[in-house]
Amino acid sequence: MTFEELTTHIENLLGAEAILRIDEQCTPGAIELAPTDLLKHMEVLHADEQLYFDQLSCITGLDNGPEANSMEIIYQLYSIPFNHHLTIKVKLDREAPVVSSLSSVWKTADWHEREAYDLLGIHFEGHPDLRRILLPADWEGHPLRKDYKHQEYYRGVKVAY
Amino acid sequence: MGLLDQKLAQGGIVISKLEDLINWARLSSMWPMGFGTACCAIEFMSAQATPYDLDRFGIVPRASPRQSDVMIVAGTVTFKMADRVRRLYEQMAEPRYVISMGSCSNVGGPYWEHGYHVVKGVDRIIPVDIYVPGCPPRPEALIGGLIKLQEKIRGESIVAPRALEKMLEDEA
Amino acid sequence: MADTVQYIFDRKNLNQSEPQKYREEDLRREEMIINIGPQHPSTHGVLRLEVVASGEEVVDVIPHLGYLHRCFEKHAESLPFNQSLPFVDRMDYLAAMNSEHAFAMGVERMLGIEDKIPKRVEYIRVLVAELNRLASHFVALGSYGMDIGAVTSFFWMVRDREHILRLLEWVSGARMLYNYIWVGGLFYDLPVGFEGRCKEFVDYLKPKLSEFEKVVIENKIFVDRTANVGVLPLDLAINYGITGPMLRGSGLKYDIRRADGYSVYPELDFEVPVGKGEMGTTGDCWDRTWVRVRECYESIRIIEQALVQLTGDHKRTRDFDPRAMVPKKIRPKAQDLYVRAENPKGETGFFFRADGRSDIPFRCKARGASFTNLSIISEIARGGLIADLIAIFGSIDIVLGEVDR
Repeated sequence: MTFEELTTHIENLLGAEAILRIDEQCTPGAIELAPTDLLKHMEVLHADEQLYFDQLSCITGLDNGPEANSMEIIYQLYSIPFNHHLTIKVKLDREAPVVSSLSSVWKTADWHEREAYDLLGIHFEGHPDLRRILLPADWEGHPLRKDYKHQEYYRGVKVAY
Repeated sequence: MGLLDQKLAQGGIVISKLEDLINWARLSSMWPMGFGTACCAIEFMSAQATPYDLDRFGIVPRASPRQSDVMIVAGTVTFKMADRVRRLYEQMAEPRYVISMGSCSNVGGPYWEHGYHVVKGVDRIIPVDIYVPGCPPRPEALIGGLIKLQEKIRGESIVAPRALEKMLEDEA
Repeated sequence: MADTVQYIFDRKNLNQSEPQKYREEDLRREEMIINIGPQHPSTHGVLRLEVVASGEEVVDVIPHLGYLHRCFEKHAESLPFNQSLPFVDRMDYLAAMNSEHAFAMGVERMLGIEDKIPKRVEYIRVLVAELNRLASHFVALGSYGMDIGAVTSFFWMVRDREHILRLLEWVSGARMLYNYIWVGGLFYDLPVGFEGRCKEFVDYLKPKLSEFEKVVIENKIFVDRTANVGVLPLDLAINYGITGPMLRGSGLKYDIRRADGYSVYPELDFEVPVGKGEMGTTGDCWDRTWVRVRECYESIRIIEQALVQLTGDHKRTRDFDPRAMVPKKIRPKAQDLYVRAENPKGETGFFFRADGRSDIPFRCKARGASFTNLSIISEIARGGLIADLIAIFGSIDIVLGEVDR
């Protein structure tokens, strides 16, 4: 299916109000969804016979900075039998970024969401085991935020050069 | 040592200083605990295999710190790993030496500027004897560093051991 | 010398920085927690496995990562696109050319110069990428044999890998971390005489590979230790996002070089080997290792075809400049892009967000193949023995630089 056919089919499945924006500049084409009902929509995309998105390739968390006051999560979905590629974007509030976890649909999401929590502080509801994965458990702050300042000392060792 | 064979053939008696003998024994069989973290560990592994054989120097890699003399810190040391590096260093028995292999363990390497999780040099955690530069250093460079460590050991003295000297210095 | 030390020791440090998931009080009487700690010869790097074992049988395995987190994404947000290339090398340091290829391809796609890259440059990229795929598989197979107990396999594979490293050093100047594939071209052209030496190497390699196959892969002890061990069912593999030889070992013929058809791969003729469960069940450790060995043969085929093209239609000319299409200032228009390529370990992907105003990416996320492949270990190692855990772990073939980035 081409990107237009994909978007029309998804509009029919989820309803036109669920799709906030269609971004054709993005490669592969992107659809923006709202954070509410995200889990339900994703289950539909996973289970539908004609779409069959069985592979979640990558979850990227993004911080737009304190001025824009938003964070985004970007999901890359692939369908192996039909060779469909789709990007799903979700915009979150920067003060309290909360979104439901997709680890019940695709198990890939388990560790990718833990990484997004670790580096950006996005909280995933319904995640079986949300804790830091790459940084030490007693590290302060979420490094990939735009206003991150690293701590001065850790265990007495100077962090900067 | 060819000299040794000649001397032994001439009568079987060799006279030497005890210091020289002990130092020679120690430097000819330095057993490293290969503490390979990242890319430098692969070059360390290549140095052990053909054609840069390390076994001809008497260097046999041991897995456990309790059985090794020298700890080759090969690769980036991160803050999460720092606790473990310190613990492994404390588990080694004296006389112990540390070789810092590669830029990352010398000074933090290419990650010095924006790496929040990288320790800028393993000498902030444990005392280092030899620094081997490179990213990653060639196996020949690592062998050069090991030979330099051998020269350092050759100059050591059992009459004035380092740990004892430092302790007396601190008390004074 | 000792006065540079700043570290302050405390007993509680270890557990504070990476706490155990299981506590001794919650276990049953016969269970124990064994820590296969970050420094261990068989963890292929610094990875900590917390194993809850009942005797010799594994009840649960929890991997603890992050001991090599080197902040690649923070560097990518602070440096221009072309200056992030050496950091991309150091993520998967055994197959640096493949990661560089994916990154350079992504930036070129964003700039819109992807179809203007000269064909000779594309063929050289494929040639060095396949040579690096061979080198990466050699380390995987060699160290896997060593984990099982056969030290010979390590020495044979490293000996052949040294030849490849010497060839790549002749091309790019460095043995392992090349910084050779630049955005828009290459650093240098191939040196004169390279094609002849490469052909000699490929002819030398084929009998060595079949000798390795007979001695190690079809060895009865190796088969007994790896067949029917760590069986990975296909639906579980796809749901966990597994890619690369692990997915092909479970029976699915999915290779990104064929599925996406990037660079000049559509013009080259090669097979995609799939695990068939010859020695046991489809998707066991033996299948994955066998897929890697067959991929080595296919890489040799691709290298031979690339050499034919590089000495025929696209042979070197006096005025060929590999840096002709390298842009002076990399400033793509504001867009998002996800590019993926077939690394020896699986799918390496980069997500870029360019804001159109500067030559520094707004966000660059690296999707490492080993990170996603490692998440399956608790599923497939449960119920086996500890020795099986080591065999399964070796067959996943991870490299920690990519797991922790």
